Order: sequence, then C-alpha cells, then structure tokens
Amino acid sequence: MKLMRIKAIVKKEAIQILRDPLSLAMAFLMPVMLLFIFGYAITMDVDNLSTVVYDRDKSSMSREFIAEFRESRYFTIVGYAEKQADIDRYIDSGLARVAISIPEDFSKNMKTGRNAEIQVAVDGSDSNTATIALGYISAISELYSQRINKAPVTTFNSPHSGREGEVPRTLFVEGATGYPLAGVPLIVTPRMRVWYNPELKSRNFIVPGLIAVIMAIIAALLTSLTIAREWERGTMEQLISTPVKPPELIIGKLFTYFIIGLIDVLMSTLIGIYLFDVPLKGSPLLLMMLSSLFLFGGLSLGILISVVAKSQLIASQVSIIVSYLPALLLSGFMFSISNMPGPLQIVSYIIPARYFVTMLKAIYLKDSALNLLVFETVLLSIFGFLVFMIANRKFKKRIE
Amino acid sequence: MKEKPLDPWPLGPSNPDKSHSDTAVSVTNLTRNFGDFVAVDNISLSVKKGEIFGFLGPNGAGKSTTIKMLCGLLMPSGGTGFVGGYDIVKQSEEIKRTIGYMSQKFSLYDDLTVEENIDFFSGIYGVPDGKKTGRKEWVLEMAELGDRKTNLTRTLPGGIKQRLALGCAILHEPPIIFLDEPTSGVDPISRRNFWNLIYEMSKSGTTTFVTTHYMDEAEYCNRLALIYRGRIIAHGTPGELKEDYMKRDVLEIEVNKVIEAMDILRMHDIETAIFGSSLHATLEDGDKAIPVIKRILEEARIEVGKIEKIIPSLEDVFVTLIETS
Repeated sequence: MKLMRIKAIVKKEAIQILRDPLSLAMAFLMPVMLLFIFGYAITMDVDNLSTVVYDRDKSSMSREFIAEFRESRYFTIVGYAEKQADIDRYIDSGLARVAISIPEDFSKNMKTGRNAEIQVAVDGSDSNTATIALGYISAISELYSQRINKAPVTTFNSPHSGREGEVPRTLFVEGATGYPLAGVPLIVTPRMRVWYNPELKSRNFIVPGLIAVIMAIIAALLTSLTIAREWERGTMEQLISTPVKPPELIIGKLFTYFIIGLIDVLMSTLIGIYLFDVPLKGSPLLLMMLSSLFLFGGLSLGILISVVAKSQLIASQVSIIVSYLPALLLSGFMFSISNMPGPLQIVSYIIPARYFVTMLKAIYLKDSALNLLVFETVLLSIFGFLVFMIANRKFKKRIE
Repeated sequence: MKEKPLDPWPLGPSNPDKSHSDTAVSVTNLTRNFGDFVAVDNISLSVKKGEIFGFLGPNGAGKSTTIKMLCGLLMPSGGTGFVGGYDIVKQSEEIKRTIGYMSQKFSLYDDLTVEENIDFFSGIYGVPDGKKTGRKEWVLEMAELGDRKTNLTRTLPGGIKQRLALGCAILHEPPIIFLDEPTSGVDPISRRNFWNLIYEMSKSGTTTFVTTHYMDEAEYCNRLALIYRGRIIAHGTPGELKEDYMKRDVLEIEVNKVIEAMDILRMHDIETAIFGSSLHATLEDGDKAIPVIKRILEEARIEVGKIEKIIPSLEDVFVTLIETS
C-alpha cells in the first residue's frame, strides 16, 4: 500500500466534491435540511391544541377551571359551545381537537366535596396526540383540584363509542368516575422522565437520535455514489488499468467522505445546541470519537453498495433502503426496541444505527462515559471492520 | 545483429521491459465469450518489442475485447496470453505495472483540470517525486496544453483530450502501451500529430499495440492483424498484406451514381465497394474488365468517367478479405 496513491485519491475526491454543487449540497446541505425537517416535525410535545369548551355550569368556579386550560400552553381555546351539537360540529369539522364539557352541577359538587366530573372528547385520528392531550387534561384537572383543595375533578368517558374494527374518529377519555385522581400514576410518569430530561422536552432526546439517523443515511448515501459514478462515467476503466490497489482506492475515498461526515456531525451538534436548545451534557470529544467509529462503518457500507451495484441509481436506492429505513424504524429512535416483536428485536442488533442512537442519547442526556458504552462500541467496531473487509474483497480490478 | 541499447524516455531513466525475450505480447488461442456470443474467437498473435502493432477491424469485431484481456481488465474464456512476460490470467496486477492503457472511451476526469488529471495519475502510477515535475512538463508539451493547464478537461477539443489521455496513460514510462481507437472522432490533423507521437515513442523502444478502424492509419504500423467477427483473418506487414492477399487487380471507377452503379456491378458478380465518390472493383484481370464494366454501366444509363487500374490500398485488401471470409 502506498501513501502516495491514497493521497492522490483523497485530493481528487476532494476537488470533485468541492467543484460539484450537487455533491456539495448532498454533503453539507442535506444533513442540515433533514435535521430541520425532522427536528421540527417529529416532536412528542403537544402544544396549542385547539379546544372547544362547553360550560353548562357558568359559575365563577367553572370559569376559573377553564382559565387553567386557557393559560396553559398546551391548549388554545378556539370557541365556546352553547349546546352539545356545537361540540360535535367543532370536532367533526376539525376546528377543535379537544372538547371539554363542564356539567351544570360542577361548582355544586366541588363545594359540597363530592366528585366533580367533566366530560372530555379528543379527536383520536392522531392517537399519539390524543393520548398526550388526555394526560395534560388529567394533570391540569388534578392540579386544579389540589389547589382548590376540595373534591377532585375527574373526567369520564362520553357514552358514544366507535364500532368494533373501526378506528374511532373521536376518542373519549376512559375516565374513572368517582376515582380520585390524586392516586392515579399520571404524576409518577413525569417524575421518572425528569431524571434525564428535566425540561420534559421531547426534542432533547429526539435530536441526538435524529443526528444518528441522519448520519446513517448521509454516510451510506455519500459513498454509495462514488464508485458507481466512476463505473458509469468510464473513469473506472482507466483506474483499474493502473497499479492502484483496492484498499488504496477504498481508503482514499473513505477518508475524504469521513472528513465530510465529521463536519456534518459537528454542524448537527451545533445546530442542536444553538437552534434547538438541546444541551450536550457529555464529552464532545467522546461524541466525535464514537461518531468517527460509526462513520467508518456507515461509509464502508456505502462503498460496499457502490462496489456491488455499479450504477448510481441502484446504489442510491439500495443505500436508502438499507440505511434510512432501519435507522428510522429499528434503531430505537422512533419506536422503543423493547416493545418490538421478538424477531425484529433480533434484527435490530445488525443495524449499526441502533448502537449509535444509544450512544448519542447516552452522551447527550446522561453524560455517559465510554465504559458504559463498551457493548455498543465493540459491536460498531466489528460492523465497520467486517463491512470494510467485504468491500475490499468485492472490489475487483476487472470488468465482469 | 546486436540490438542497440534504447533510451525510450528523454526525461530520465527508462523503465524497460524486464522480460528477456524479444516478444512484448504473445497470445495463443485467446477466446472470450459473452453468453452465446463469441467476441474473440481463438486468436493468436505476437508483438515484438518496440514494434507498432496495428489491430484493425470494423466496430464490434473484437478489438476492444482483445485489448482489455491483454491489459488484465477482462478474464479470457480460453487460451493464454503474456504481456511483458506476465500471464494475463494469473498476473494481471503485474501487467498493470508494466503497461499504459488508453481506453476507447475518454476516461480522464472531465471535472478536473488538465494539471489535476496529470497530478492524479502521477500519484496513482507512483511516479517518484523527483520526476513528477519533469513528466508533467513533458505531457503538457506533448499535448500542447502548456497554457491551458488550469482549464477543466471537459472544455478541451477532442484531439487535445486524446493527447492528454495518452500522456496520462504513459506518465510512468511503461515499456508497453495499449491504445484502443485513440484517434476515433479526431480531426485528420490531430490524428497525424497523434501518430507522430506514437512514432516518437516507438523510436525510443516503446512497444505500441493500437487498434483502429481507419485504414490509412494501418499504413503507419510496423505490423498488422485484421480482425473480423472475432477472428484474425490476416496478419503481416502492410506490404505483405497487399502482396499476399491482393493477387487480383483493383479498378477505380468514377461514376455519377455511386450506389446504383455498385448495385448493378454486384448483380454481375463483380466485387465492388464505395471509396469516397468513386467505386473500387476487385477482379482477376483488370485490363480485360474495363470495357465490360463500361458497357454494363452505360447500358444502365450511368455516366462513367475515368476507369483505371490502381495500386490497392490496405482498405482494398481489407474489404476483399471481409467479403471473401
């Protein structure tokens, strides 16, 4: 292996990338764009839910209760209903996603220390948002009753229910009638989260995972084009007629994209910190070190795809399928691995993004040190090494 | 006769063919199939050191397939071959250190500048640091690109691109070079310049294996092989080919309607081919045939100008060989 040849390849690749607006955009703009799109789109926080209120009690107490909702950032009251039909209209038309109905005896029950019940209807077509909304409503109700220090306000489900086998358009609160909310484990759940994410911001754990997913895509996609492009343009025929050795060519190409990958990680981290307000608790050095390890595997995977595919179109599609989809769905970024069916859990072990998502979350949120990430580090190293070796073996200096 | 020592490269120590025989390339029963299609069918040939060997044939005859096998880029389906003393099947990497290859398709990086391409291939071929500048200057001068070294390669005209491609393929001063249709699509003056360059290198001892479908270029080669449908149908020096294969006479016929005249003569079983604005007819006895041909054509209301016996060109030889094979 000659350093001179590797240097020549690195220089050539760098010039080609810098001179090609498309490559540049893919190398530096795409990760930022993905970070923005996903960073803003994927959020488990539910803000400003449009809410309609039907206050049948019309007392100072009920107004005070409604004010609790109005003042929270989770709900925006978009209208007040005069009759039950108004609520249906609001929800059906999509004007409101939440309806809160306060019965006539609300203040009477509160004053006499009996259970005061409110009726809540939530648009269940987005079940995730609906579940979170229900949690907020319960929490607000509970805080209110604690503050008033009187009878608890409970929520109960409306008599309507969807037919079986049909996705309910409207999800009704499974309220426990007459059940004091103080004992409901709702209050326990947030407390568990508070440990690593005190602001309870989903972005704090989404962004690190997102960086992992984006790097998985970018790494594979960037290199997947590089060898296929040379076959397509005919420059590979010249290259394979020279004494260049496959590892020299592969290392030369890897190195160039490796630098780009590291710049991308750095950019993503800075955007995370300064734009999304996601603090990096752990060591930036460890972050870069482990990112390097992940990039090595991801970039090698792209090279392997490129070597086998020999066409840019096929290579880019294959690399998206083998990097993007598993990184998004099976890495534990979106769906918790422990909740997956057994076979999928096993599959997730061969997905390098899985280890990188764990690593980044641990460094970002918990300031984990390397000794806590040994398992992930070892498996990522094995993955990178294997893929690199296979890519080298598969690259033939012959025309098929 | 003792061979006089050669200095193939004016700009530094040579990198001579290390094998001791005087054969640079030898091939025996070389075959390559693509599925059912036999691209190269059992060919045998040999090229002496320092020779310009022309490999002629129409498009699709198997020229590129052969050259790729010789460069260690393509595995033969059968037969053996040696280039610079190395086995084309087992020692393809050794061959790649010995040769310079210029493929038919332009294969430099057209998004790199002239200089960047030279530097890249200099690095890839492992040209030592001490010689890099000299070799670069040589290529720039040879391709007449001294004032355009910072131009993007894609902006260069075809002929200059070909010269640059040749320059990059021989940066490392290989003793054997393979050129696959180096002049296709290049204007006649550039073609002549290109051949002058090949001559220069040959004079300094470089073996050149060149494919072409331009018959006039065949005359520049020391020795030739004609390949047609994967088979070598003739080989020898240009002179030998003309003598051995052209025992018959060639008539040049000037007519106003070339295609119609050809069809009519062919109906009379006279071997005819179009050469520019006239016809060449190949016959046993030219002198006797002149009045016959004149009559046939005039009966068909075709104006006949001059008809005369000419010295056959290689093109005539080639056309005859193809038509009789």
